[in-house]
Amino acid sequence: MKFIDEYRQSDLALKLANQIERLTDQPLKLMEVCGGHTHTIFKYGIEDLLPRNIEMIHGPGCPVCVIPLGRVDDAISIAQQPDVIFTTFGDAMRVPGSKTSLLDAKASGADVRMVYSPLDALKIARKTPDKHVVFLGLGFETTAPSSAMTILQAAKEKVDNFSVFCNHITIIPALKAMLDSPDLKLDGFVGPGHVSTVIGTRCYDFVPRDYGKPIVVTGFEPLDILQSVFMIVKQIIEGRAEVENQYGRVVNREGNKRALEALFEVFEPRDYFEWRGLGSIAHSGMRLRGKYAAFDAELKFSVPGLRIADPKACQCGEILKGVKKPWECKVFGTACTPETPIGSCMVSSEGACAAYYNFGRLSKVAERSGAAPAA
Amino acid sequence: MSKVFSPTPLFERVERARRRKHKFRDTQITLAHGSGGRAMHELVEGLFLEYLRNPLLEALEDQAVFEIGVSPGNIAGITGNGHPQTRVAFTTDSYVVDPIFFPGGDIGKLAVNGTVNDLAMSGARPLYLSAGFILEEGFPIEDLKRILGSMRDAAAEAGVAVVTGDTKVVQRGGADKLFINTSGIGVIESAVNFSARRAQVGDKVILSGTIGDHGTTIMIARGELELETDIESDTAPLNSLVQELIDEAASAGAFDSIHSMRDPTRGGVATTLNEIALSSEVCIEIDEDLIPVREEAKGACEILGLDPLYVANEGKLIAIVAPEIAERLVNRMKQNRYGLDACIIGEVKAEPRGIVAMRTGFGGTRIVDMLVGEQLPRIC
Repeated sequence: MKFIDEYRQSDLALKLANQIERLTDQPLKLMEVCGGHTHTIFKYGIEDLLPRNIEMIHGPGCPVCVIPLGRVDDAISIAQQPDVIFTTFGDAMRVPGSKTSLLDAKASGADVRMVYSPLDALKIARKTPDKHVVFLGLGFETTAPSSAMTILQAAKEKVDNFSVFCNHITIIPALKAMLDSPDLKLDGFVGPGHVSTVIGTRCYDFVPRDYGKPIVVTGFEPLDILQSVFMIVKQIIEGRAEVENQYGRVVNREGNKRALEALFEVFEPRDYFEWRGLGSIAHSGMRLRGKYAAFDAELKFSVPGLRIADPKACQCGEILKGVKKPWECKVFGTACTPETPIGSCMVSSEGACAAYYNFGRLSKVAERSGAAPAA
Repeated sequence: MSKVFSPTPLFERVERARRRKHKFRDTQITLAHGSGGRAMHELVEGLFLEYLRNPLLEALEDQAVFEIGVSPGNIAGITGNGHPQTRVAFTTDSYVVDPIFFPGGDIGKLAVNGTVNDLAMSGARPLYLSAGFILEEGFPIEDLKRILGSMRDAAAEAGVAVVTGDTKVVQRGGADKLFINTSGIGVIESAVNFSARRAQVGDKVILSGTIGDHGTTIMIARGELELETDIESDTAPLNSLVQELIDEAASAGAFDSIHSMRDPTRGGVATTLNEIALSSEVCIEIDEDLIPVREEAKGACEILGLDPLYVANEGKLIAIVAPEIAERLVNRMKQNRYGLDACIIGEVKAEPRGIVAMRTGFGGTRIVDMLVGEQLPRIC
């Protein structure tokens, strides 16, 4: 396909991999923050191409993976209320809550529908004025602007049977949490791509400035990622730590002004928001401003709002922090599979466990990192 | 994978879990049970087969094949008192596609072709179809006429007759517009034996054309995405193509060189190849660069986040054949209008057993597992 195949050429990939190998044999740990990058890395077997001294750590940037159990339960409880049409992106349907998932709730009679955009949810609200339509707002600054624009549209049209159950999160506090984590000794970051189209590259300046680590904003095709790894490694061996932009065809330094304005208009930071595996992170979640309270599902419906601990067997937390590899989890591939996921990392195709299960089982990375498989 | 395969402990651990027969524990039907993926397999094997078990059903092929001709009540190929036996293929399928009209066809055309193809995949010559209609109160007769017209045309092309039928009307909301069930019967006139259990190491994998056309067409026809493309469903009767393959193999003096044949409908090529790999206890290795996908379908899948390997086809077949005859069969297929883009997409290897592996265009190898969960409901 034009404009995509060009970023998937294997001869160029091998060349890049060789160049990376020639740069250094120093052991380096690089984190890709985005779930989209994790997916590409597994789908194209990039770890098998990289020299052995470079280890990719899969970060927390899969929004479906980091939503805590309690919030899933809250979503299900809203979906089960009478006269509610609950709308969501497809991959959130199968995320297990503490007892069931939205898909189970749907089979039990709740009206849960998959949409591709919050605007589709608003369309449903216009068509069915006797029902209340709730959209599950989920994701980073990538999807948050479309939720914000939809709320602005609903306010303009005075659609009063529409609201958003907001679980939007922001990347910068999560990145800070990673950098502050004593468990992790990272040498550099493959920076978010789609998020950066909205927030720009300027807001990553603190990474080199305060922590002395390089970060390269990166596209989602396999050659993008290899080129980015090359750029990071080059910075390290040249003793530099900078924000670089590999994804210049889409991302600029200032971001998307209109999207940021919409975000700021509709949302404000929560004091704390819980992330699965990472715990509470200050100012990392968004909620609707008081001005838009009429569209806030959390205010319209009473939700249990409980904090629920992850199942004991599940090690999603360790995996999301990059401390453990998917195959080091005791239930990986046995009790926990994409069909019957225990943890959220096995649900989304962007989750490290699902990506590894689907694409990586033939890879040799598991042995070469010296990881003894769990019994 | 071209090197000798040595399973890692992790690979073996996952494989053991993957093959464990799951007890069917679900308490209610979800859409995943109809997706053609693993949940549906568990429903069929864990529930339907448990209650309705018999030797013919147990084979879990897309059609039952048995011999008749002598005493009544005579099933599973038990022959009687020396009268000539006829091998018969029998199959049934229900059609609930939404929308009922789509580029390249409609629910009526699909209902005829789908059942014709299920018969053809056993090597049978399809003869007679039944048609059962479940109609929702208020359904326009004009639409019904249009659908019946397509069924008439599709039956004529495939050389079958609809010889019996049934009509039920349910009140508004009791069904969505109309559902059609067709059953079909056909005769197997040659000594062919196609089975998902017969793929052998060294065999070649033949695909009859581009993949993903039907599923992406339906997805776009639903209009939820407001995409416009020229893509059409590939719904087509494949019995003439299958007959030509049988003739070609016979004229090469190797009628038994076609080992398995399936049409990759729900769950797509990935799911069909997994079924064959598991049934035959072999590894099927395919090459991403060899699999034909139309640019329009590829683009739509890229936008929708779908993998064409998992998207339904309604006019394609996969044949697993002996290597020495593979090229010859492909060349013959290319002369049929439904096999113009036929090609070899991979081959059968010994290890890792039960696995479909794909060499990616990027130079790596990855597992192509069965479809998990629902990807697109109501595509056929």
